[in-house]
Amino acid sequence: MSPANSALSAAGTAAPPGRPRHRGLAVPSGVLGVLGIVGFLATWELVVRSGLVEPRYLPAASSVLGELASLAATGSFWEWVGLTLRTWAVGLAVAGVAAIVLGLVIGSSRFLRQATHSTIEFLRPIPSVALIPLAVLLYGTSMQATLLLVVYAAFWQVLIQVLYGAGDVDPVADDTARSYGLGWTARVRYLVWPSALPYVMTGLRLGAAVALILTVTGELVIGGGGLGTQIALAQGVAVTEMYALVVATGLIGVAINLLARAVEKRALRWHVSVRREAVA
Amino acid sequence: MTVLKKTAYLLGLPILLIGLWWLAARNSTSFYMPKPDTMIQTFVDTWFGGRFRSDVLPSVGRFAVGTLLAIALGIAAGVWIGSVRRVRSLLEPMLEFFRAIPPPVLVPVLALLIGTNDRMKVIVIIFGAIWPVLLNTIEGVRSVDTVLLDTARTYGLRGWARLRTVTLPSAAPQIMAGVRQSLAIGLILMVISEMFASSSGLGFTIVVFQRSFAIQEMWSGIILLGLIGVAVSIVFQFCERRILHWYYGQKEVQHGR
Repeated sequence: MSPANSALSAAGTAAPPGRPRHRGLAVPSGVLGVLGIVGFLATWELVVRSGLVEPRYLPAASSVLGELASLAATGSFWEWVGLTLRTWAVGLAVAGVAAIVLGLVIGSSRFLRQATHSTIEFLRPIPSVALIPLAVLLYGTSMQATLLLVVYAAFWQVLIQVLYGAGDVDPVADDTARSYGLGWTARVRYLVWPSALPYVMTGLRLGAAVALILTVTGELVIGGGGLGTQIALAQGVAVTEMYALVVATGLIGVAINLLARAVEKRALRWHVSVRREAVA
Repeated sequence: MTVLKKTAYLLGLPILLIGLWWLAARNSTSFYMPKPDTMIQTFVDTWFGGRFRSDVLPSVGRFAVGTLLAIALGIAAGVWIGSVRRVRSLLEPMLEFFRAIPPPVLVPVLALLIGTNDRMKVIVIIFGAIWPVLLNTIEGVRSVDTVLLDTARTYGLRGWARLRTVTLPSAAPQIMAGVRQSLAIGLILMVISEMFASSSGLGFTIVVFQRSFAIQEMWSGIILLGLIGVAVSIVFQFCERRILHWYYGQKEVQHGR
């Protein structure tokens, strides 16, 4: 277990300043990044155009991006995106609230922490996809079946972080709060919650990524609509569309990551890790 | 804490939960409800006959090969990308995009490109599980203490020696955090690749049980997957303790415990 470490790597956008040693031309990293993307797309295009891979297995980059553009002009594409995002958001919200409440209750009591440790450590590594058959039996091929997977997977990500966070309360601050006669609710509100917030944010960010994975997985394997189901339907029938949809899921993933980072930064703007970064 | 108290904490809640399950199952006539007493028998009958060699071992083997390759490739590429600044700026946006693709959508893509065979399943696992290790290694290598690096340079450490004694140990905590995520993704992909495109393996067998309403067998499969997950996590924690023992020691000193 490495709570401090996972929090570090999570909040760890606070990169040390790079050594200022420029050799040759100094190219800004943003430009290089764009160059990297262009280079990748060009290689992809060339590999297909040169006949190295048959276009019926891997269509050229230009045709996939063109297909994505024409898909984006249709209403049904946005309907699929909407379905996927709805499952993702509902799942993450349910898992997040449940995990935060349970985590704060368990985390602020030493007895509960010790009593639940073995059970949590046993349940957590169970891969959520193991629940697919159960979800299908319970809910059929509907959105709820996917939702069950999403909630289960995201719940543990958040819960573990909240538990670390609640365990990370400064003992001196805790003793001070007790000697000033703060009750349980006041301690949770003014002491445990702010101490745990960086961890909660890390958990929500990890949970958001995992929830998207499980949303698409559920749609792909179980069905019930959304981008994943469309990928399964397009497989072997409309190859270009399948690739375009895969690219679309990647773009959604990037958007969710950026959103999560922005939310984290905003919620923690009072925290040392963010303030230090702003100064640097 | 006495041994007795420790054992009570360790086993108390699990025993309570199993007891509740047993009580609920005894009074329930539901078809879907697994029964604790017959479950062990079903578990052994289902998985320790011929299926152990025909389904369980191949699945676990593919998982092991795929994830180990992903970890090795991720660390190797990560060290290179992380220590050359140009390469890092060039590739980082690209890699962020690949990481953001939900790995299971690769199953239909690679099934089309490679066909539905063992190679495809291993490649799916590699392709999905490599990103957390790769990106964490890049981040870890990048944030190696500059004083350490300068010291290493002053002492004339370079190449393999510097990598082994300075870079890798400094990046190890972050790398291990990535490995933990990779293992979870690898396990998911092992199951998904078999559910989606296969005629054998754990994932396939469990779906067959579910479709034929063999409820007890299906539950036993879910339990087996859970046990594999727990076993992987125990092995990982053992390795992590050994690789990062210095790191925990340092933490304990810092926290004054």
